[in-house]
Amino acid sequence: MNRIVLAVFIAILGLLPLVPATPEFWITQINYIGLASLVVIGLVLLTGVGGLTSFGQAAFVGVGAYATAWLTTAMDMSPWTGLLVGLLCTALIAFVLGAITLRLSGHYLPLGTIAWGLSLYYLFGNIQAFGKYDGIAGIQPLQIFGISLSEGRDIYYLIWALVLLAVWATHNLLNSRPGRAIRALKGGAGMAESFGVNTAAYKIIIFVYAALLASLSGWLYAHMQRAVSPSPFGLNYGIEYLFMAVVGGAGYVWGAVLGSTIVLVIRDQIQSLLPKLLDTTANFEMIVFGVLVIIILQYARDGLWPYVAAPFRSRGAGTRKNVAPPPDAPALARRARPATGATVLEVDAIRKEFGGLVAVNDISFKVRAGEIVGLIGPNGAGKSTTFNLITGVLPATRGSVQFMGQSISGMLARDISRMGVGRTFQHVQLLPGMSVLENVALGAHQRSNVSVLSGTLHSDRAQEAQLLHEAARQLQRVGLGDYLYEQAGNLALGQQRIVEIARALAADPVLLLLDEPAAGLRYKEKQALGEVLRQLRAEGMSILLVEHDMEFVMELTNHLVVMDFGTKLAEGPPAEIQTNPAVLEAYLGGVEEPAHV
Amino acid sequence: MDSTIALILVQDGIVNGAIYALLSMALVLVFAVTRVILIPQGEFVAFGALTLAMLVNGVVPGTVWLLLLAGVASFLMEVFAAWRSRRYRAIPKAFGLCVVYPLLMMWLVNSVAATQLPLAVDVLITLALVVPLGPMLYRIAFQPLAEASALSLLIVSVAAHFALTGMALVFFGAEGWRTPAFVSGVIDFGFTTVSAQSIFVVATAALLILALYLFFEKTLYGRALRATAVNRRGARLVGISTVMSGTLTFSLAAFIGALSGVLIAPVTTIYYDTGFIIGLKGFVGAIVGGLASYPIAAAGALFVGILEAFGSFWASAYKEVIVFTLIIPVLLWRSLTSRHIDDEE
Repeated sequence: MNRIVLAVFIAILGLLPLVPATPEFWITQINYIGLASLVVIGLVLLTGVGGLTSFGQAAFVGVGAYATAWLTTAMDMSPWTGLLVGLLCTALIAFVLGAITLRLSGHYLPLGTIAWGLSLYYLFGNIQAFGKYDGIAGIQPLQIFGISLSEGRDIYYLIWALVLLAVWATHNLLNSRPGRAIRALKGGAGMAESFGVNTAAYKIIIFVYAALLASLSGWLYAHMQRAVSPSPFGLNYGIEYLFMAVVGGAGYVWGAVLGSTIVLVIRDQIQSLLPKLLDTTANFEMIVFGVLVIIILQYARDGLWPYVAAPFRSRGAGTRKNVAPPPDAPALARRARPATGATVLEVDAIRKEFGGLVAVNDISFKVRAGEIVGLIGPNGAGKSTTFNLITGVLPATRGSVQFMGQSISGMLARDISRMGVGRTFQHVQLLPGMSVLENVALGAHQRSNVSVLSGTLHSDRAQEAQLLHEAARQLQRVGLGDYLYEQAGNLALGQQRIVEIARALAADPVLLLLDEPAAGLRYKEKQALGEVLRQLRAEGMSILLVEHDMEFVMELTNHLVVMDFGTKLAEGPPAEIQTNPAVLEAYLGGVEEPAHV
Repeated sequence: MDSTIALILVQDGIVNGAIYALLSMALVLVFAVTRVILIPQGEFVAFGALTLAMLVNGVVPGTVWLLLLAGVASFLMEVFAAWRSRRYRAIPKAFGLCVVYPLLMMWLVNSVAATQLPLAVDVLITLALVVPLGPMLYRIAFQPLAEASALSLLIVSVAAHFALTGMALVFFGAEGWRTPAFVSGVIDFGFTTVSAQSIFVVATAALLILALYLFFEKTLYGRALRATAVNRRGARLVGISTVMSGTLTFSLAAFIGALSGVLIAPVTTIYYDTGFIIGLKGFVGAIVGGLASYPIAAAGALFVGILEAFGSFWASAYKEVIVFTLIIPVLLWRSLTSRHIDDEE
């Protein structure tokens, strides 16, 4: 949000309760909006950014509320103990639920949370100590520095301070190293794994983060309401929180506040107006919310926040070229490199069968430090499958792969990546909504150790500067220094391939695997790319290259491996391969001259 | 507990489980073909049960209004789509199905409501009222989003459940309904007695499952749906339209739901919002089957029914907790036996 608008918003928010003319009812309503916003901010991170979802957030609110309600009434403890215990219980439950469901494909988490939301409601309603369906009453108000927050106008400030804090923290998180990994979860999880990101762990982290915000909201609720009962923590409220996120815009942190406001205002209007118009007990807000969410998902998939924010967006978005690159920062540590000529990669008789099809048939070859090896062959020869076997994306049926003298067969893609294997993908896998710079910085993920906590608290700035500086350096190196702040999805396909190379370089690899890097490039761009690769080789980098442009391959590589139908046809220096009769027969269809294929 | 009680509980469990099995199969079907997790499946159950109960009691069921409302909304969306693409050829057919048909049904039900009809005729009227709601729901909520992510579809599905539950309260009222048993009498097996009604429910469920099997194995449309479930794009390339398969699937789901409602109505008192919980129990079964396998889903649903029966005997207040927490060990087991990093669509 624009800084001036934000300042005005905070000022109005702060002044409202001080004006005696503000109706008490408004204060109550704004308090509820704040409580809901806290929950929905968590859902924005989980659903809008992470692509996961939960219908059980209301149950986490319930855990926070019941923990403090029970501890402060029956156990006579302080609300701060209640807060701590509530947060701990929530974290534990969310962790277990997440650990169980998040390893499975997308829909198990929401279904699991539906079941959990329902169960907890019935559980609260049946436990004697929690007063069954009547709940717990007589909860003490909060006290801060001796000031009692029993009035709506007082707790107002605590609620909104926490909401603004949550907005700030979530913004920080999203713009940090862990945040980039989180933003890759939706639509780029496989790619992120290939850059050392433990996507399963990040999924659990954002689920726990969202649950903790919900639990915090529950703690505030219990002390504001001074009583709790099971009904506001039931499944329908869990669904409503998700609706708030969708209506406001699940991809935007401020969308959470907007969505909560819209939904709560509509509900209040319906509940106060309708009985005057119709003699009915019907639950019209359910119909309205259901229909509203369907319409929004059909016609405004990003929610309403973009429409609200549009007038305030800073102009000159088209002139991103002129924004200065991130400031210089100390370089990131680089890994030790093998001496030129040492064996870096040794592939020994690897084989991949898909059912009855042998995609890769006992292929063996070596890559040495300071060498560019080309893997060529017609479409469907098994080149990309070989890449995926080396990088751990696919498990090999048999055979072994050694990297720097260590076996990497059967290892996970992210562990192989951490050892120093960088790659690009045949089908470009950038995150189109993120800037080019951020995409490349994701490549350097494993070279830094900024934690979620430090990202959230903004204490990661020095390391963040290092990461961005490294990303900018790699982009300048491959000739994309003018496009740092462009959205990756706006680049031409050839340029996107080059961004992929920069991203792989940002990982500081010993071995670089490039899958058709020159496809879609113009002649000049190809020459520039060739120059970059030669320079990398001179620095001792090992490169394994799949490419169809024969001129490019012949000029650049030291060694060629030719594949056809999964089998190795020939191997040797380019000059030798060019005259190899078997290769000419099978690969070039018997043509005398090497041609552009 | 002695063996008599255990046998009674197992019997109860199997009757409910048979209905959950039907629902779980509908859920697996809808998910496989359209990627929609059909949360409103339970609403069809409630609509079926309530419509039949009201017809039996000589009341005009609110379904006639619901059908007209859904029909008009579908028709308006058809007109809007036609206007956008400038292709008006399908309009008369849509008008007939979405506007004329609901009006005809309204006239028919209004004129026969007061007369005491045979139960079988009431069941037919019920199906004629509820089943078209399936394709209409697809038209209104899901067809415009056929290419959206599974997550968006899930949220729409929950939104549709919300809207339908709200409407159910408007059109059916808050009162609970029950219908008379289809068949009376008790059959003595020697070691236990079973009510004829229970046998009727289980036999009907089994017949329906057999019919579905034959539909998917032997008919062109059944095979088309299976093809779509395996590969949506491939199916489209050979001429199976997404709209056709979606419409057909939702019709089947509504049919299975309404029939389940008809079967369960004599056993349980149904309120406007009971369907949701019943549908969710079908879900637990479907999840046991990994949202993919029909026989495992059906077996899982039977198990849910039996677990629920024993749960309500031992700790009736916690029976829902027991049934829905069952999902956790099942998910744990699935989680430990699968290894993949999924890219969200």
